[in-house]
Amino acid sequence: MNKKDDIKGLKETLAELFSAQKLAVLSSYGNGQPYASLIAFTATDDLKHIIFATTRATRKFANLASEPKSALLIDNRSNDEKDFSRAMAATALGRAEEVRGAQRKSFLDMFLKKHPHLKEFVSSPSCALMVVSVEKYYVVNRFQNVQELHMP
Amino acid sequence: MNYVISLCDVQKDNRVRVGGKSYALAVMMQKEMNVPAAVAITTDAYDRYVNETGLRTKIMMELSRKTNDDVRWEELWDTSLRIRNMFVNTPFPPKLYETIKESVDTYYNGKSVVVRSSAPGEDTSETSFAGLHASYVNVRGAESVIEHIKLVWASLWSDSSLLYRKELGLDEFRSSMAVVVQEIIEGVVSGIGFGQHPNDPARCVIEAVYGLNQGLVDGTLEPDRWILDRADGTIISHTPAVRSHAVSPSEEGTALTSLPPELKDRPPLNDENVREIYRLVMKAEQIFGLPQDVEWTMKNSIMYMLQSRPITTLAGKDKDEKRGWYLSLKRSFENLRTMRHKIEDELIPALQKETDDLLKADLPALSDHQILDEAARRRDIFDKWKKIYWEYFIPFAHGMRLFGTVYNDAVRPSDPYEYMSLLSTGDMVSLQRNDILQEMASHIRDNDTLSHDLKAGDYSDILFSSLLKKLISSHGDLLCRSLHCREEIPDIVNLIIEMASAPANRRAGRQELKQREQIFLSYFNGQKKRDAAEMLDIARSSYRMRDNDNIYMGRLKARVLETENELTQRSGTAVSGQSSAGHFDSLSLTVNEPVSDDTFEDTRAGSRVRYRQITGQPAGPGIGSGYARVIKTVADLMTFKKGEVLVCDSIDPNMTFVVPLASGIVERRGGMLIHGAIIAREYGLPCVTGILKATEVIKTGDPVTVDGYLGIIIIGA
Repeated sequence: MNKKDDIKGLKETLAELFSAQKLAVLSSYGNGQPYASLIAFTATDDLKHIIFATTRATRKFANLASEPKSALLIDNRSNDEKDFSRAMAATALGRAEEVRGAQRKSFLDMFLKKHPHLKEFVSSPSCALMVVSVEKYYVVNRFQNVQELHMP
Repeated sequence: MNYVISLCDVQKDNRVRVGGKSYALAVMMQKEMNVPAAVAITTDAYDRYVNETGLRTKIMMELSRKTNDDVRWEELWDTSLRIRNMFVNTPFPPKLYETIKESVDTYYNGKSVVVRSSAPGEDTSETSFAGLHASYVNVRGAESVIEHIKLVWASLWSDSSLLYRKELGLDEFRSSMAVVVQEIIEGVVSGIGFGQHPNDPARCVIEAVYGLNQGLVDGTLEPDRWILDRADGTIISHTPAVRSHAVSPSEEGTALTSLPPELKDRPPLNDENVREIYRLVMKAEQIFGLPQDVEWTMKNSIMYMLQSRPITTLAGKDKDEKRGWYLSLKRSFENLRTMRHKIEDELIPALQKETDDLLKADLPALSDHQILDEAARRRDIFDKWKKIYWEYFIPFAHGMRLFGTVYNDAVRPSDPYEYMSLLSTGDMVSLQRNDILQEMASHIRDNDTLSHDLKAGDYSDILFSSLLKKLISSHGDLLCRSLHCREEIPDIVNLIIEMASAPANRRAGRQELKQREQIFLSYFNGQKKRDAAEMLDIARSSYRMRDNDNIYMGRLKARVLETENELTQRSGTAVSGQSSAGHFDSLSLTVNEPVSDDTFEDTRAGSRVRYRQITGQPAGPGIGSGYARVIKTVADLMTFKKGEVLVCDSIDPNMTFVVPLASGIVERRGGMLIHGAIIAREYGLPCVTGILKATEVIKTGDPVTVDGYLGIIIIGA
């Protein structure tokens, strides 16, 4: 296998993981304190963007507004012993911002295609559609194998 | 849950829980064939043990270090050893222990038994493999029986099982193992019967030896062999063996004993015995519906069936020769003993003599025609020795493996590789070479101006120049392209100056060796103690040879290259594969392990992928960090700097002179007994092996951390 295949394979693996998983853990930071939240997400096909929604009154929104640098964890654990050998986890590092303008419709469609039951939630004026532009993924499988994927 | 079932009570719906062997024995017993009294320890017991102790998860994690396809065959033995050690060191849940102990006491009350594997599914012709799982003969007392049950369980994950993992459907979540505990029948004659000859469907085969069956099954004893007509049992031929020994029960376990002279000349079976075995084999076939592979034993003229299973179809048709070859590396103690004498007393002296003879030739004096002939002759000599290397030297490495198992069973160390520390007695040729280099380095350290003089090309220092002479005369042919090392001396001297710049790693201390040896031997008594001592001695020889054979072969190789260099000079053209790669890369001793030399372009849509952490096999405990030096040519070795991490595809003892400078070793080839791991242990360096594509994903200059405890490497600061 050469490196091109490595990249392709890794991206395919990530795409599969992202389409199979509905929820991610989002890390944000504010007032000197890291903060973790469970969110519903979707990822663009090119894996460059991870989209989620949050109401503007939340701590995570406030944190991201003041510090856009954030991390997401997406994994496929099933909470049993097999996880130690078979689960994989992807950590995405990037910058979060609210989606506005022309992009909003396509990102919203993408998000609702995966989470149709969240239509009312996302449509609420108090809710912001957010996007994390991913700079780097850390992909962990078989317990201790770690690969780093840099996004352009 | 029913953990113990007597064979008399086995029903069809217990078939999976008692495993193939027990089930077949139960059926034969119920059809009134003579079968030793036995109980089955069901798969429920295995399942409870691995689930309650958490072992199932541990096995799972051990097996998932790498994907199946990425595991090299040598690594399977390591994996298997680690799993085996987990079983040895994980106590039974108390209730399970009590239940089994009570049953064993009730049924056998201190009598001698045989503890054998009985894997579910092994009674079908698709998955019937001989010799995958363990059997223990002459085990006495409930406590010992229970310990041996664990060892049989562990053999579910033996290296051979792992090798045939796919075919066996071996799965860490579902696979389980039953055990049969049989009353021992101290047969005077034992053997096997094949209902159908593997190569001739119209015939069947019966083999017999004096004593117990173990000697025949593990290949120690040559059996008498009869070929019969399958249709009516007519004896077609009898091939007598050279009968010399028999395996018989000893105080505990079995021992090989000499046959009395009157038995040596008498076949173990008469014609009537042969026909009786034929009838038993056919009866078994009638019961089970397929030609059978049976084991039997005879005591007081009564024939007992020890097991019956369908004839293996798969192993015979195995297209993967490498697997077959790997399985053939397992050698018995007896076989290793014979091999050792052949290697030490015969082969190595002959190899050295042949190399020395070549050294005497005056190549420049030969005519062009003669030098061509000489080059061809040397190639032939090398090829001959390469065959011997594969036939004798490589299989002899099993001595270390066998000792490892003996050691771990007796001592039960938490580190499954602790036994390695007993093997190193410091007398490997590569270490002697390194010691000279260290002596030279230390002389430079003690003399303020010497380093400066040497850098200026002044080698007149008396001690230094005499050591240099000693180094080149005894090891120069491995370091250099020409006999006198003229071209390479500056590189070698620079390397030694580097070694002097900071104290290099010293070889691990040997003070405890004797003490450890005594501790090991204290676990045995009587004949067993003598055997253990000899086993250790053979393992040490095997350890030494593992390294030395490459050095001796390297010296012969240097003589082959010498003629080729002479040819090159005369013809003025380069001989391919020699100059750039460094001479240890041509005339390779390994086969079929191609290394990809892809150079990577990070072009795809601008993404870049980087390995951050990779799991391999722990091969030398410790943690070390440093910049990587990826070894692809001799030049990479010569520019090695103190504190760097040596990263290589597969290190050869001819390359290990830089190891004292390294802060860790990373090797693509996996396994505990590869040269990188052995030399790392000698210097107490952290070592991780089995890092796939090591020399491709790691670049010279990358910061690397080698975690030799967990068997992982971390790339990047």
